[in-house]
Amino acid sequence: MAKTSVNIAGVEFKNPVVTASGTFGSGMEYGEFVDLNRLGGVVTKGVANVPWPGNPTPRIAEVYGGMLNAIGLQNPGVDVFIERDLEFLKDYDTNVIVNVCGKSVSDYLEVVERLNDKNVDMMEINISCPNVKEGAIAFGQKAESVFDITKRIKDIAKKPVIMKLSPNVTDITEMARAAEAGGADAISLINTITGMKIDINRRKFVLANKTGGMSGPAIKPVAVRMVYQCANAVKIPIIGMGGIANAEDAIEFMMAGATAVAAGAMNFVNPYLTEELVDGIEAFLDKNKIEDIHEIIGCVK
Amino acid sequence: MKKKAYGFVIRSEEISADIYSMWIETDLAKDANPGQFVGLFTSDKSALLPRPISICEVNRDKTAIRLVYRIAGEGTRQFSHYQAGRRVALLGVLGNGFPYEKATGKHALLMGGGIGIPPILELAKKLSDCAEKVSCVIGYRNSDTFLLEELEQYADVYVATEDGSLGTKGNVIDALENNKLNPDIIYACGPMPMLRGIKNWAEPRGIEAYISLEERMACGVGACLGCVCTTKEVDHHSHVNNTRICTDGPVFDSREVMI
Repeated sequence: MAKTSVNIAGVEFKNPVVTASGTFGSGMEYGEFVDLNRLGGVVTKGVANVPWPGNPTPRIAEVYGGMLNAIGLQNPGVDVFIERDLEFLKDYDTNVIVNVCGKSVSDYLEVVERLNDKNVDMMEINISCPNVKEGAIAFGQKAESVFDITKRIKDIAKKPVIMKLSPNVTDITEMARAAEAGGADAISLINTITGMKIDINRRKFVLANKTGGMSGPAIKPVAVRMVYQCANAVKIPIIGMGGIANAEDAIEFMMAGATAVAAGAMNFVNPYLTEELVDGIEAFLDKNKIEDIHEIIGCVK
Repeated sequence: MKKKAYGFVIRSEEISADIYSMWIETDLAKDANPGQFVGLFTSDKSALLPRPISICEVNRDKTAIRLVYRIAGEGTRQFSHYQAGRRVALLGVLGNGFPYEKATGKHALLMGGGIGIPPILELAKKLSDCAEKVSCVIGYRNSDTFLLEELEQYADVYVATEDGSLGTKGNVIDALENNKLNPDIIYACGPMPMLRGIKNWAEPRGIEAYISLEERMACGVGACLGCVCTTKEVDHHSHVNNTRICTDGPVFDSREVMI
């Protein structure tokens, strides 16, 4: 059987399959469908220093081959998260990666500080959510601010830091380089692409927030291209995501240069997806007589 | 236990303008209760998300469920073309369902408006065994009714129509008052203005009302936080007065939600 384990910033993953933040809660809901022990890691929904109510509804709209969401990072705050979500995850043999969000740099630092001594394997810093008025994407669209927030978080973080990048930029490799220069241990991409849907009969926006982040299979080619570009721009590992619907999609991301892959919106369509990716990647490697998954990471130049 | 399962269409027909009834053989029926729903998938990869549709009936053997839905877009339009024998994918059983046991020995009033009527039918069946009396007030746009005769088998049914062509002219509250009904407990499903009206009617009278809400959903299982409703108290999951309709609902005590 092929070796599927990968290492990101010193953290060993039994396989390269993780979940995309915001699509999997903290694993509780999907634990009814899949065995979380089989996943390389669970990336949690974004958590802030205090509870956030999120945006008004409607927060969801379906679009061709995907969806728009404008949840607005609703979360119960880091205290409840530590007591409940981390407590739940500690019983599973999988890496715990906490997605961290904030309105200001000090918000982010406060969450990082609180998580530093907790049962967390890595932190993923959300500087790319397009659905909030303050923070998040505001830090992710200029190279200087990506560098600055990465550096300030790295100065205090006691866990490896992944910077999650937005595709809503002119040149994503600039952001990847800025994160690397700021000391990021890894980057993950892509977050959602800002979109809009109008109800022509009501002459209204479908989403209460007017705009939302697009995800799903329709964005996959954009994501694969960006992973490829970043893999050729930086040396730190990449967690690739964007519309992954099956193992073939996951392998495509790995061949483009991703060390690990995340299942996102398609969990909603196929709640068994994460485990199917683990099995499907293994089957692909075996069928092609590939002994180690590293042989395919970035193999397409 | 929730799961994504496959079923087979047994029968599908139009029962009123743009309203379709579809019986599906599925083992999800074993665990289905009135007020719960399933996510029905299209087989079109451009329309990916499961369509949340309430369970209208469960057969006696618990081997099949009936869905009654309105064509609201491309997905439901595709469903309307499904014929007997077709294989369909479903996510279920979802949501909490109506707390029907609370009506034991009481006069239960079931209220349904438009495409909110279907889940009322399975509830009426269930309540006909345990409630002391079951009344039902249902509202339609006009005399093009559906499920009316079926409801009459289990409840005393009163009708309201917007155009006055059948029963009371007006809404379900008008029909409730017109017929001087004195329920001990109310169960309702329908459009938001109707549910708001029922909440405002029931609360000052100290009558328990359980209302079934609707919202655009993605995951259907409580993970994505797409379908929330504002709650009076800080809710147990989100800690921000936002409860998840798909998992903590769709049925809520009217006093708990701000609609």
